[in-house]
Amino acid sequence: MALLEIKNLHVTVGGHEILKGIDLKIHPGEVHSIMGPNGSGKSTLAQVLARRQTYYVTQGEALFNGRDLLAMKPEEAACEGVFMAFQYPVEIPGIGNTYFLRSALNAIRKYRGEDEMDAMDFLPMFREKLKLLEMDEKLMNRSVNEGFSGGEKKRNEILQMAVLQPKLAILDETDSGLDIDALRIVAKGVNAMRSPDRAMLVVTHYQRLLNYIVPDHVHVLVDGRIVRSGGPELALELEEKGYGWTEAEARQVQVSA
Amino acid sequence: MTTHMPAAIENVQDYLESFTEFEKQAAGRNVSWLRKLRDDAFARFCEVGFPTTHDEDWRFTNVSGIARTPFVMKTDTAARPSKSEWKTYRVEGASAHVVFVNGRFARDLSDLKTSPKGVKIAGLREQIANNPDALETHLGRYLDIHRDPFCALNTAFVEDGAFVHVARGTVLAGPIHLLFVSTASDQASMMHPRNLLVFDNETQATVIEEYVSLGGGTVLCNSATELVAAENATVSHYMIEREHKEAFNISTLRIQQARSANVTSHSLLLGGGLVRNNVHPVLAGDGGECLINGLFVGDGRQHLDNYMHVEHASPHCSSRQFYNGILDGHAHGVFHGRIVVHKDAQKTDAKQTNRNLLLSDDAQIDTKPQLEIYADDVKCTHGATIGQIEENALFYLRSRGIDERSARRLLLLAFAGECLDRMQPGAARDHAERLIHEHLLSVADYLPGQSSQPQKERSWEEVG
Repeated sequence: MALLEIKNLHVTVGGHEILKGIDLKIHPGEVHSIMGPNGSGKSTLAQVLARRQTYYVTQGEALFNGRDLLAMKPEEAACEGVFMAFQYPVEIPGIGNTYFLRSALNAIRKYRGEDEMDAMDFLPMFREKLKLLEMDEKLMNRSVNEGFSGGEKKRNEILQMAVLQPKLAILDETDSGLDIDALRIVAKGVNAMRSPDRAMLVVTHYQRLLNYIVPDHVHVLVDGRIVRSGGPELALELEEKGYGWTEAEARQVQVSA
Repeated sequence: MTTHMPAAIENVQDYLESFTEFEKQAAGRNVSWLRKLRDDAFARFCEVGFPTTHDEDWRFTNVSGIARTPFVMKTDTAARPSKSEWKTYRVEGASAHVVFVNGRFARDLSDLKTSPKGVKIAGLREQIANNPDALETHLGRYLDIHRDPFCALNTAFVEDGAFVHVARGTVLAGPIHLLFVSTASDQASMMHPRNLLVFDNETQATVIEEYVSLGGGTVLCNSATELVAAENATVSHYMIEREHKEAFNISTLRIQQARSANVTSHSLLLGGGLVRNNVHPVLAGDGGECLINGLFVGDGRQHLDNYMHVEHASPHCSSRQFYNGILDGHAHGVFHGRIVVHKDAQKTDAKQTNRNLLLSDDAQIDTKPQLEIYADDVKCTHGATIGQIEENALFYLRSRGIDERSARRLLLLAFAGECLDRMQPGAARDHAERLIHEHLLSVADYLPGQSSQPQKERSWEEVG
């Protein structure tokens, strides 16, 4: 069974239809990449799957593990195993990073009927993940993302993902604004989490990230529709020819339809 | 100067009867200076009556509910709970527990044994009866009965409350906890607790003034505290209001600071129906520092008014005001921050910040800075923000598995935490933290209406 199955998904934001019928099937163990130009609806897709409430689904469905994902609140989706790394991670003054992350982990464990993790058990695991992402433990004493550099914020997203161990990890333009060293660290963190029972959806504007996180499937999103799907070679082709090529193709599809 | 408006006492006859009765039996009725203090104050109160919203200092707070209620003095302390029932109100680690029932010092419920050397704690009434002349230097010297009718009313009925004297050089580890309890009542009742807290040179101490209700009924608690901090004294004062929602609570903290004294005032307004909290420090000696920190949390129809009047009367002093408000339901909050810099108070550094979270469409905040600067070499800044719980932050927390209620609570705690961070670690802060956590648990339960549009945070800041 597919981990995530999206059928004919239409989404409206602020009265504008952004997604115009998306079909996508992701199986456990697979890494899918969604590529597309600005404004094509990539981030909207990521946000809808993470259950942001300001996005309205007008048609279609999305099943996660066979359950209706679109009926879930954000916290339910998270507890079921959906995780989105934010394109713009939020700064939250007054809430400590470590405290936040342990609260999140324990909320998820509680949902799954597991025992809460105390600080003694949490810390060694947490330190290991910090090491993987080459993050300074001192950062964790600060408030969530407060005063973090852009790269630190993105690494913090992957750190959270590493701690929370989701079934489906959605990376929303995690590579945007990262220098090559930070990109390598982020990719290392993501690759360490690839496993047969976990799937990933990597949303990106640039092909560069896919040199480090090699996807099994690439989909090109243009104007709210997936216009092409293929293997990793499709990303390279896009890099070479640019999005103009797919956009032209998209127009042709519409004309002939 | 107070604007003169027609007196708004509808029950002046009742007050006169109460006052006449009071003067017949009050402690110190034969002490001439005390009698004069009371008589002058009562005359002043009769002259001006209760303030109206035409009075600039009371523009946002309508006290007609107080003016038209016939209150009686409540002194009956017979029906009161046992000592074991006080336990829930005790502050862990306090160096003294001082309990007042309906404004009257209750020695049997208090625990003064542990108060250390150099510290004298007594009921003011006892002190008046035993040694009134020792009080003359300070009692009534600082409170401004001309500007504020409630201070006049309090002074007219001055008799009981706390008397604390910390002798030179004494460093007090645990806080002194003054607990004011009002008991259930069928008849609208009033009390006018008066506290005199005197800290000699080079002392260090913390006092918690806390107001609670045992049982309902209309009650007016009109308290006034004169806090005298001599040279180099370091004093923390906590005002905690958590009476029931039928209570009228008017309180005034008048701080007199000598050279290099450092005073911190923390106000925590969680309860009460109509609450007015006046904090009025006068920096009367060079190099004084004053921090006024506050948190007010209201819901239902609570009205929480924070009135600050910071007077810089000497050079090289600094003052800081930080107030955070959280308002839900139809609650109405007020922050009125008045800073007066006198002509000679050069090198004054005064700052004022008021931040507010409105959790519902019907909650309301009036925030008003008022700077009066008569010196030319000063730094005064003020700023205010009004916002809502940030949807982005809420979504971020929820997207990590934290349910909406807990996420809201975390964000409220973080907002309130700014006030906690300004308190020195210790028993008083722990107490405040526990109360805030318990209180915000209930406030976080609300769910916002779908109709409310995300509103951009409004803010301003000015430097003068």
